[in-house]
Amino acid sequence: MRPRTLLEKIWDGHVVAGEDNAPSILYIDLHLVHEVTSPQAFGGLRRRGLRVRRPESTFATIDHSIPTLRGVVADPLAAKQIETLETNTREFGIRLFGRDHAQRGIVHVIGPELGFTHPGMTIVCGDSHTSTHGAFGALAFGIGTSEVEHVLATQCLLQERPESFEVRFEGSLASGVTAKDVVLALLARIGFDGGTGYVFEYTGTLMRSLGMEERMTICNMSIEGGARAGMVAPDDVTFQYLAGRPGVPADFDASVKRWSTLRTDEGAVYDRSIVLDVTRLAPMVTFGTNPGMGIPVDGIVPDPASLPDAAQRVSLQNALRYMNLTPGRRLAGHPVDVVFIGSCTNSRISDLRQAASLFRGRAVAPNVRTLIVPGSETVKRQAEAEGLDGVFRAAGAEWREPGCSMCIAMNGDEASPGQYVVSTSNRNFEGRQGKGSRTFLASPLTAAAAAITGSITDVRTMV
Amino acid sequence: MKPFTQVRSRVAPLLADNIDTDQIIPARFLKVTESQGLGTHLFEDLRKSPDGSPKPDFFMNSPVYAGAAILLAGRNFGCGSSREHAPWALAGWGIRVVLASSFADIFRANAMKNGLLPVILGEETLATLWQSLTPEAVVTVDLARQIVTWPGGSAQFAIDPFSKTCLLEGVDQLSYIMKFEREIALYEARGAQERLP
Repeated sequence: MRPRTLLEKIWDGHVVAGEDNAPSILYIDLHLVHEVTSPQAFGGLRRRGLRVRRPESTFATIDHSIPTLRGVVADPLAAKQIETLETNTREFGIRLFGRDHAQRGIVHVIGPELGFTHPGMTIVCGDSHTSTHGAFGALAFGIGTSEVEHVLATQCLLQERPESFEVRFEGSLASGVTAKDVVLALLARIGFDGGTGYVFEYTGTLMRSLGMEERMTICNMSIEGGARAGMVAPDDVTFQYLAGRPGVPADFDASVKRWSTLRTDEGAVYDRSIVLDVTRLAPMVTFGTNPGMGIPVDGIVPDPASLPDAAQRVSLQNALRYMNLTPGRRLAGHPVDVVFIGSCTNSRISDLRQAASLFRGRAVAPNVRTLIVPGSETVKRQAEAEGLDGVFRAAGAEWREPGCSMCIAMNGDEASPGQYVVSTSNRNFEGRQGKGSRTFLASPLTAAAAAITGSITDVRTMV
Repeated sequence: MKPFTQVRSRVAPLLADNIDTDQIIPARFLKVTESQGLGTHLFEDLRKSPDGSPKPDFFMNSPVYAGAAILLAGRNFGCGSSREHAPWALAGWGIRVVLASSFADIFRANAMKNGLLPVILGEETLATLWQSLTPEAVVTVDLARQIVTWPGGSAQFAIDPFSKTCLLEGVDQLSYIMKFEREIALYEARGAQERLP
């Protein structure tokens, strides 16, 4: 058989059927559902009189519109959306990790945490950051609500096969530099749409040395480069992470043997490739209004006049006007108003441990509001067992209940117009963290450093 | 889905790259359980000043573009989230066609399921088209012939044959997938061992 990429292997293994001149019918192994992008899909099933084909391959949670303070959901629209998911999952027989569930959390945090995410799976969710699950060697991507309905009804999707894009990271990271900085550097290099039409496969010595949570951070932001999915071939790190988790197959050892074949064959050809040496990588911060607009923390804000392309010049000018930043100035030292540590990118226990290592014995700067939002109830319990919540509170940060929170700012957690937020989330779009808010994307370490100093800071001076 | 054949309309300008789904419909308007009614919040933060007053230079605030069904944008239109609320909002306001030099993958797939046609034209073609238009000029987008025609010019566009047929005939994709019930059942009967390579 001709050598194949990891993507081709998973794709080929899931094509159910297909007609000439039509997309393939692709089988979906795992379908994750949340309250925001599913109500219209369940409504569609009801109108057509359809059932959910595989309730046991589907699970739901509440994360986007849920408040991160305990108590009733005060917003009537959010309350209705949450109640709608509760009704829909009850009626269609889907397991819900609901508002009082001890394992509720952000959908892309709890899937892997519960062992539902396996190598070789196809995984979808009505959420673009489904790419996170690719860290396990799954083909995982976000879909729209019509497609949510298709999967609920048929466990299949109509899909064109994407092309493969190898992203090879070589070298190891300096102290204070993290997986988040690696992916921000990739996006700065290839641009916000450099991966459109592709699935990334992350390879190289760096990826092998990273833990699962770091791999998830990188795969999470594949979509910010336009790639619907990003994946990492599974290895012993993957299998050790999965071992003993509730959702793993009963024949775990046999599964590991099967999963071990999930790697790109010697001689297989990617449609595109790029190599990045991360050895000299500095902590990265975004300055603009898309995640591809990132620079090293010790770098200077680029000048639109230096760009040859007129459209790019206008984009950069608009971004700098929105951010109220001056070309040629350093980002380091820029004052910040809010720090957000959380989101499906960076809300796992290793992220919180990193942040806590900086907050220990230090205090949040006056006038900075710091919000720390664990990714799940499980992460929250673990952090509290380790005393991290005490470290955050003692430093003057707010320790909240799990949810998407200020990453998407639809649950009441938001910044005010004009405020600067250093955020560990994935998007710095205009208004993303509240109308008129201005976002600097960064790692949990850089975010914690900004909270302490009150300005953008090179965390390498503090670790 | 209503079939899409041809659209004749004025062209509303949104001459910017990287219009993300948060610009198309900000997340605070996603707390809905229906797909109707989102058109009233289309481009909410682009069309209003921070004090809530309409920005006079934004196309939605100009009577010239009332009823325009064609939107002209730049590169990477619809990037960002998977929210189908973005095409719902565009279609809700009356947009049937977006002309752009590229689209984000998920947006493109979502748009076509809602009778909203994403048309890719080269940057130079888009510039020529825009420069040759008066605000009142009417442009025709003909899907069957895959051609955009404007006063003084025209350009062909590419679309895959399946998407084209779906739009022209108003094919419901869920019904299409359900025709493969037998194949799906056969696939499911295979064990995990046979499904993986």
